[in-house]
Amino acid sequence: MHKDPGAPILRKERWGDYCLLCLKSPAIAREARPGQFMMVRVSDQPYPLLRRPFSIHARTRETVEIFFSRVGLGTNILAQKKTGETLDIIGPLGKGFTTGGGGSKRAKEQEPGRLAPAESLNGKKVFLVGGGRGIAPLYFLGLELKKQGAVPIIFYGGKTKSDLPLADRLKAHKFALLVSTDDGSSGFHGFASAMVEAELNRVAGLPMAFPPLDWADAPRKSRPVRAASYALAGFPARVFACGPEAMMRKIAALADRYGIAAEFSLEAIMGCGIGACWGCARKIRRGDKAEWLKVCQEGPVFKSSEVVWEEDKTNEVSDR
Amino acid sequence: MADLSIDLGFLKLRNPVLAASGTFGYGLEFAPFIDLERLGGIVVKGLYFYARPGNPPPRLAESPSGLINSIGLQGIGVKAFSQEILPRLAGLRTAVIVNVCGSTNEEYAQVIDYLDRQEGIAAYELNISCPNVEQDGLCPALSPEATHAIVRLAKRTSRRPVITKLSPNVTDIVCIAKAAEEAGSDAVSLINTVLAMAVDVETRRPRLANVFGGLSGPAIKPIALRLVYQAASRLKIPVIGLGGIMSGRDALEFLIAGAMAVEVGTANLVDPEASIRIIQEMEDWCEEKKIKKLKDIIGTLNVASP
Ligand SMILES: Cc1cc2nc3c(=O)[nH]c(=O)nc-3n(C[C@H](O)[C@H](O)[C@H](O)COP(=O)(O)OP(=O)(O)OC[C@H]3O[C@@H](n4cnc5c(N)ncnc54)[C@H](O)[C@@H]3O)c2cc1C
Ligand SMILES: Cc1cc2nc3c(=O)[nH]c(=O)nc-3n(C[C@H](O)[C@H](O)[C@H](O)COP(=O)(O)O)c2cc1C
Ligand code: FES
Repeated sequence: MHKDPGAPILRKERWGDYCLLCLKSPAIAREARPGQFMMVRVSDQPYPLLRRPFSIHARTRETVEIFFSRVGLGTNILAQKKTGETLDIIGPLGKGFTTGGGGSKRAKEQEPGRLAPAESLNGKKVFLVGGGRGIAPLYFLGLELKKQGAVPIIFYGGKTKSDLPLADRLKAHKFALLVSTDDGSSGFHGFASAMVEAELNRVAGLPMAFPPLDWADAPRKSRPVRAASYALAGFPARVFACGPEAMMRKIAALADRYGIAAEFSLEAIMGCGIGACWGCARKIRRGDKAEWLKVCQEGPVFKSSEVVWEEDKTNEVSDR
Repeated sequence: MADLSIDLGFLKLRNPVLAASGTFGYGLEFAPFIDLERLGGIVVKGLYFYARPGNPPPRLAESPSGLINSIGLQGIGVKAFSQEILPRLAGLRTAVIVNVCGSTNEEYAQVIDYLDRQEGIAAYELNISCPNVEQDGLCPALSPEATHAIVRLAKRTSRRPVITKLSPNVTDIVCIAKAAEEAGSDAVSLINTVLAMAVDVETRRPRLANVFGGLSGPAIKPIALRLVYQAASRLKIPVIGLGGIMSGRDALEFLIAGAMAVEVGTANLVDPEASIRIIQEMEDWCEEKKIKKLKDIIGTLNVASP
């Protein structure tokens, strides 16, 4: 965990409401694991006061990237930053995804009744499901999983085509990619969770609960790279997801139905990101009791069996 | 180098900067960022006798230059604190102050009684002013009688000095502060957070699950300064000032207004190095103004008309 008060912005990309910043911060880059996050100070003025949490989207030896959507004051200020300006960042923070690499502490813990998390994912199919800005940590995770010999299949959903700015980048890195849009403007017509359900049902040989994946009608650019995914028939060894609460809850139910171990990167409004304020609590089940745990310290990634999902809220569906 | 040390009478501090309760975890969270021994002291998160779950989320809402929180005093309780945390804090050469909470007067005494049997604590700060536990922000610090009763019980129980933490949500701070002084409090600290709320226009719901919360940060500094000045002008016991301190200059304002020490709260969340930077800025200011002893500026506010 490091504080870097002056990480220079080396590169910036903008797509409408989405923005990517590449920051030079060797100390943070060196320690970063997929699923971990950083606390970014967007302004040295007292408004907005608090740092904002962002997942680590990618890293090289010297750099870390964040990918975010503009949703309010802080992210709008951040999207105005220019190459050459510096940002005050703290990271890497929290516990990330369990990959087969055994890099995270958590990889050593056993999950009762599930696939052993420490088990190698080499040669195995894994699903990465990102809704909107939730794709951010999955790119880093996908690259890491590939290095370990796993075969990640990325499900990337958004409201409309312009909510999928990273599709090209993912394809350029030869990920097996399936996209969905709520309005059908690209890929599967429907929620990302429905796309995952259709795919799992297909693998299971079940009648489709949703229209079958018919990629022939999709515009050529958004057609999935199927070769890798379909070479490995059968269920994924694991599902990793990040996105709107409603999407993750549905993915959790699906993973549960098919007995697939799943992990979710949760969001919470954060005061400090370092475990000092108890502001980021979520109800988490550990053993036989559920309690408010700090997302910034115990998470942000939690296992399916740990998360106590919030009640359905009608207007939260695909709000990102 | 200027002398920043402060003598509260019952406690000598290396410098007047304490980390405020609830914004500094149990202290150890900040060890990766700062040298804890450079602080005047650490006030740890409020402790009840038993572990407490806290309030449902969302627990935080930002407002212009401020933060509204409704944590609800989530914590691990005195036993876990004494076993897991205190031994690691006790070795530090900095004053460790425990923020003491209770649902009843007896619970305050129970917490103190338990902690009195542990080593490594310099003083207690009685948190009688948290707006997040009872409905409508009610707390003992709103009444001089309730304040007097808790402080007297705490003083009778405790073998250590007691600092009483006061609420800004009162009509007459002097009356409450005097009640604490008369009951034997060794010092008072103020202010705790200002009772507040925030509304989400789109959903027409409160932005905090608890509806009400406590406002902290730069937005409350002018209110805090006024209350600290009022209390310091009328009390014999030391006043510890806090509320919105983000810089060395903010801290100096409190000292000039009469505070003998300060606490830094929300600033720690924004910048884990804030407390050390604040100490440094005060020291730099003393050098620049050729002030040898920082304590000489305490209560030097000149209110005479020019
Ligand atoms: C561990 C973690 C990782 C995250 N990673 C990313 C990422 O990679 N990319 C990305 O775009 N976003 C990410 N987020 C969400 C991001 O932090 C918020 O969108 C951001 O803080 C909003 O700041 P703002 O000032 O623009 O919004 P505000 O003006 O503060 O609020 C606008 C809206 O955003 C909501 N909001 C505020 N803070 C958060 C928060 N911490 N989490 C979720 N919603 C919030 C508010 O309730 C409100 O509805 C992450 C959040 C967490 C907790
Ligand atoms: C997240 C948070 C948690 C807090 N928890 C406590 C607490 O446990 N006990 C207490 O006496 N005060 C608590 N406070 C109040 C602070 O100690 C302080 O009195 C207040 O925030 C004003 O100072 P500031 O503006 O510097 O933050 C808390 C404040 C915040 C922001
Ligand atoms: S954000 Fe402060 S404890 Fe998690």
